[in-house]
Amino acid sequence: MGDLNVKKIILDIISIVAPDADLSDVKSDVRLRDQLEMDSMDFLDIVMELRKRYKIEVPKEDYPKLASLDSCVEYLSPKFAALTPA
Amino acid sequence: MARDRLADAKDYYDVIVIGSGLAGMTGANKLAKAGRSVLLLEQHYNFGGMATWFKRPGGHIFDISLHGFPVGMIKSCRKYWTQEIADSIVQLKGVRFDNPQFSFQTTFDRVDFTSKLVDHFGIAPQTVEDFFNAARAMDFYDDQAMTTRELFEKFFPGRTDVVRFLMEPIAYANGSTLDDPAITYGIVFSNFMSKGVYIFRGGTDKLIFMMKNALKQNGVDLRHSVCVDRICVEGGRVTGIEANGRTIACGAVLSNANIKTTIEKMVGEDKFKDDFIAEAKAVRLNNSSCQVYMGIRKGETLDNIGDLLFTSVDPEFDSVRLCAKDVTSRTFSMYYPDIRPGSDRYAIVSSTNANWDDWAYLSDEDYANEKEHLIKTTLDALEKYIPDVRSKINHVEAATPKTFHHYTLQAQGATFGTKFEGLQVSMDLPKQIGGLFHAGSVGIIMSGWLGAINYGVIVANEVDSFMHTSEPSHSKERAAS
Ligand SMILES: Cc1cc2nc3c(=O)[nH]c(=O)nc-3n(C[C@H](O)[C@H](O)[C@H](O)COP(=O)(O)OP(=O)(O)OC[C@H]3O[C@@H](n4cnc5c(N)ncnc54)[C@H](O)[C@@H]3O)c2cc1C
Repeated sequence: MGDLNVKKIILDIISIVAPDADLSDVKSDVRLRDQLEMDSMDFLDIVMELRKRYKIEVPKEDYPKLASLDSCVEYLSPKFAALTPA
Repeated sequence: MARDRLADAKDYYDVIVIGSGLAGMTGANKLAKAGRSVLLLEQHYNFGGMATWFKRPGGHIFDISLHGFPVGMIKSCRKYWTQEIADSIVQLKGVRFDNPQFSFQTTFDRVDFTSKLVDHFGIAPQTVEDFFNAARAMDFYDDQAMTTRELFEKFFPGRTDVVRFLMEPIAYANGSTLDDPAITYGIVFSNFMSKGVYIFRGGTDKLIFMMKNALKQNGVDLRHSVCVDRICVEGGRVTGIEANGRTIACGAVLSNANIKTTIEKMVGEDKFKDDFIAEAKAVRLNNSSCQVYMGIRKGETLDNIGDLLFTSVDPEFDSVRLCAKDVTSRTFSMYYPDIRPGSDRYAIVSSTNANWDDWAYLSDEDYANEKEHLIKTTLDALEKYIPDVRSKINHVEAATPKTFHHYTLQAQGATFGTKFEGLQVSMDLPKQIGGLFHAGSVGIIMSGWLGAINYGVIVANEVDSFMHTSEPSHSKERAAS
């Protein structure tokens, strides 16, 4: 799965768990928490959505890896790739 | 014979939630939305736990724990419940203090608290700023050695009046004392200070009704009047629960009952490691409460004297005195008709903190007399704010720690769960027994409406993760569908 797709998936999920966040100009390399009004509960919701939609499990110790869009891509891409062996 | 409320329940659920307090209901809702099959069992005939209300002849309706919560409730209700629930949350702007040290009204937010601290108490603006920032920076992973007393001593040495202003409302809101870890104060205080105090318009009855509907819509199997007797554990793993003489199997249990009761009574000490039991036994419960409910006669009106009145004739704030039976420090919650749109009725609820031991062991006669005394002294105190108040009231009754215990089965009627150490025990439960989880008022910071709701979500995520990774129940789930 391409980087763009992982980004889109994450932004999609954020638009649902944090509907007030303005997603028009999110910078990939800046911590999400520093540019959007998101708290630790919002990140928990992202983890639950990933599990529900894609059966991807993010263990607690890996939560910091969801900090920015870039780190999400880096961390999640192999997990998405493993889902679609084709 | 009483109807068996479990008669048509299924034999297996992914998750069984024990208790319908705000943590239990929110956890159940979140898990159902995540696609799990959920059974929610409540021993009382009403859902909501301490988020409850009662009615009395003459059109009176009283809310038990709807005095105020932080603005964060709006976001949590929208995310974990419905937009409609979030839309009913409104700010209470009239918070009043009246005691021998100071008397004024505030909107109970950082801006107004800053001006009170600077203009009224004469504190340097920089000190106030530093204090707010220090309180806000505190989080769970901080050093937990500093007490709230030390925090105040650092910023406002010797200022008992400032301590009272900053501490008394929080002591009512979560039962914490000056000797609890400062982070329990910092987190809750900062939550309130961000934008003030909020309340649910429509009353607790409407909130719980809306939550029940949402649960049903999301497919939760809801049962009231079912008391869970036992949580079944085999080979270090939860297998189901026992209630009404029946065993129902499940992949995980989320207990919203008191943490100590869950461990000691429902599971049984023999199922845990000894050091964990020792830790669980050492968990201190928080204090309980007394309340006096005063219903205003139909047709009578009250002037607006504020929404929340923190009153006292005690010379200074004192954590121990705050729970004493002859306490003069009390909160009056004023319910004007706009709390329930369409109604023309008024009610007043007085709340004080209280100790289980002061009330639990009285003879019937002494208990009745003490309750009468509580009502009389409360009405006397209220006279100052509403002259001739007795002539406007046509229903009055009192609740004590025994009353709270009776209705919620909370050990010692604890109204705010456990002291700080209870949170660790609650979080460690699944490490002891696979599939056993707890969510509910613990650790001071996870209590109150907002704390309970958010903790319900945090634990629901753990339950969901457990269900996802535990293979056996996974295949069972597939086999069943
Ligand atoms: C007098 C008072 C005033 C308060 N004021 C406020 C306030 O103004 N603002 C605020 O935010 N908070 C307030 N609180 C605190 C707040 O109400 C609680 O922290 C919160 O509602 C607790 O929710 P909970 O999920 O932890 O559990 P609880 O409400 O205790 O619910 C636990 C549920 O489990 C059920 N249960 C227990 N054992 C079993 C069993 N074996 N089988 C089946 N069911 C079982 C109980 O019946 C109960 O319904 C107040 C509390 C009290 C008592």
